[in-house]
Order: sequence, then structure tokens, then C-alpha cells
Amino acid sequence: MVSGMPANAQPDEQGPSATQEWMVGMSRAVPIVVGYVPVGLAYGVLAQKAGLSPLNTMLMSLVVFAGASQFIAVGLFATGAPAWSVIVTTLVVNLRHMLMSAALSPYLKRWRPGELAAFAFQLTDETFATHSQDLSLGAIRKTRAFAIHVTAQASWVLGTWLGLVTGQRITDVRPLALDYALPSMFIALLVLQIRDRVQVLVALLAGMVAVGFLLAGIEHWGVIAATLVGATIGVGVERWIKMRSPGP
Amino acid sequence: MDQDAVTWTLIGMAMATYGPRLLPVWLLSSRSLPPAAMAWLRYVPAAVLAALLFPSLLANGGHISLGPRNLFLWAALPAALVAYKTRSLVGSVLVGMATVAAARYLFGI
Repeated sequence: MVSGMPANAQPDEQGPSATQEWMVGMSRAVPIVVGYVPVGLAYGVLAQKAGLSPLNTMLMSLVVFAGASQFIAVGLFATGAPAWSVIVTTLVVNLRHMLMSAALSPYLKRWRPGELAAFAFQLTDETFATHSQDLSLGAIRKTRAFAIHVTAQASWVLGTWLGLVTGQRITDVRPLALDYALPSMFIALLVLQIRDRVQVLVALLAGMVAVGFLLAGIEHWGVIAATLVGATIGVGVERWIKMRSPGP
Repeated sequence: MDQDAVTWTLIGMAMATYGPRLLPVWLLSSRSLPPAAMAWLRYVPAAVLAALLFPSLLANGGHISLGPRNLFLWAALPAALVAYKTRSLVGSVLVGMATVAAARYLFGI
């Protein structure tokens, strides 16, 4: 059962050295870097075209660090939308991170409040996905996690800066399939995440609900709705299986 | 465009982004959750990953596409197979990207 997980598998000090952990974290983040740099670059170009100053363009990648909502915000700024609508839209788009933050919280025991605050600041869809690979260890390894986070945001900020200085999007993402780096990372991490048939069911249900919300034009609520439906049905099916076949 | 107003809006956006990221870990990580909540949270990663992934594979342009021209969908098969067989993240990503790149080069899709 779930409670069988060790509270804390091993503190960083007993494991590999900090340098090794940084190397592991940075190598884990390579697909994120490949995906973030061209997208960050596109954001930098669009933000400048929309009329944001270079300083504000960089500032958004530094303090907001949320891909989809940065693009949406740039579009809203360009149309002269009021500040409150930009902020509320950002909240709606990023509310899904609550579920990811909650899902990681059992693996962050014994972290100091300051460490949690720093960790949460750089929690994105992609960094969350990368951590999901380590959940079977029973705890998220601190040094490794920060290495993933810092590498990811550095590549996002670098991409933004490249967009500002070059002023044009990379036209060559398609021949190298750089636009498939993040989708294929999610494919791999989903496969690695799935350990039993109930999880296959949960993933299929959640994926279809998310597609349904996209087709209905309300994709910002899609991930939240899909996760609520998927996880709830998953727990229900798990209970039902246990009731039907009482174990030894 | 009033850049100072943009800066203030960015600060609001930062709070709107940071709040949802911070509050759950901040409030939950120091307590032990009831088993039912833990069981539920254990399904969240698979659900979130699928919810983020499926739309990008099935409906990349905003409408469902299952045809042979949907490279993102078909390249998922070798990428998933490599992940399943080798448990290698980087290997799977490289195979997925190479498949898409090769199909674009060969078929001009």
C-alpha cells in the first residue's frame, strides 16, 4: 500500500556527492532545455513585437516562469487588456500546478520552509514531470531537484534573451524536431510512471478528458478536470478490485 | 505601452503563478496525510502527465487528427516502446525526435 513508502529514503549526504547529483539533475533536464530554448526564444520575439520592453520581457521569464501563460499574457498586453484580466487569466492557467505541488508534497518531508519556497518557485509542468521519475525512490532528492529546476529556468531565460537579441524565431526547429523534445519526454515519463493496469486506465481517462476540454475550447481547465476525474476513478477502481478479491 | 504598468502586472502574475505552486507543498509536506488522500495523490502524476500529453499528440492543431500526417502521434509509438524496453528517458526522447525528423525529411510532412 501507499503508506509502505519510506518516509525518507536517504538524505543527500549519504548518497552520491553533491557534484554527482548536480550532474544527474542537469542531465535529466536536457530534454527540457532542448524544448525550452526555442519556445523561450519565440516568447522573447513575440513579447518584443507586442511592445513589452526588453526589461519586462526578461522579467516575466525570471519571476513568472510559466510558458503557456507568458504567451497568453503577451497577447493580452498587445490588445491593451486590463491588468486584472491578465492576472486572473494567469491564475486560471496556472491553477493546475496546485495538483502537482500537492502530489509532490509527501516526498518533500523534512525540507526547510525556505527550501520548499525555492523549490515551488520553479515548479512547471516539465520539472514536475521529471520529478515523477524519482517518486518510486520514496523521496525527492534535494540537490538533484534543484539542479533540474535551475537548469530548466536558466534555459528558459536564455531562450528569452536569444529572442530579444536575435529578433527572430528559430526557423529550423522542424528539421531537427526540436518541437518534439517535450512531447517525447512526456511519453517516456508517462511510460516510466505506469506500474499497473489501474494506472493505465487513469492515464487513458485523464488524457481523453483533457482532449475533450481542448475540443470544447476550455483547455485551461482541462488538466485540472482530467486529473480530478482520473485520480478519483483510479482510487475507486483500486478499492473495487480489493473488495472483489480480498488478499491474503 | 506603459512599461511601469506592465511591470506591476508582472508582479501580480508572479503571485498568481507562485501561489498555486507554493501553497500545497507549504501546507501539506509537514503533515502525514490520511491513507485515502495518499492513494488519490499517487494517481495524480499519471493523470497529469497524460492530460498534458494527449492533447499535444491527438489534437496538436486544436482539432483531432488521427491520420498518417500526424507525426506527433505516430512517433509516440517508437518513443513509448523504447521507454518501456530500456527505461531510458534520453533514449526515448532521441528516438522520438529522430522519428519525427526522419519523417519530415523523407516525406516532407
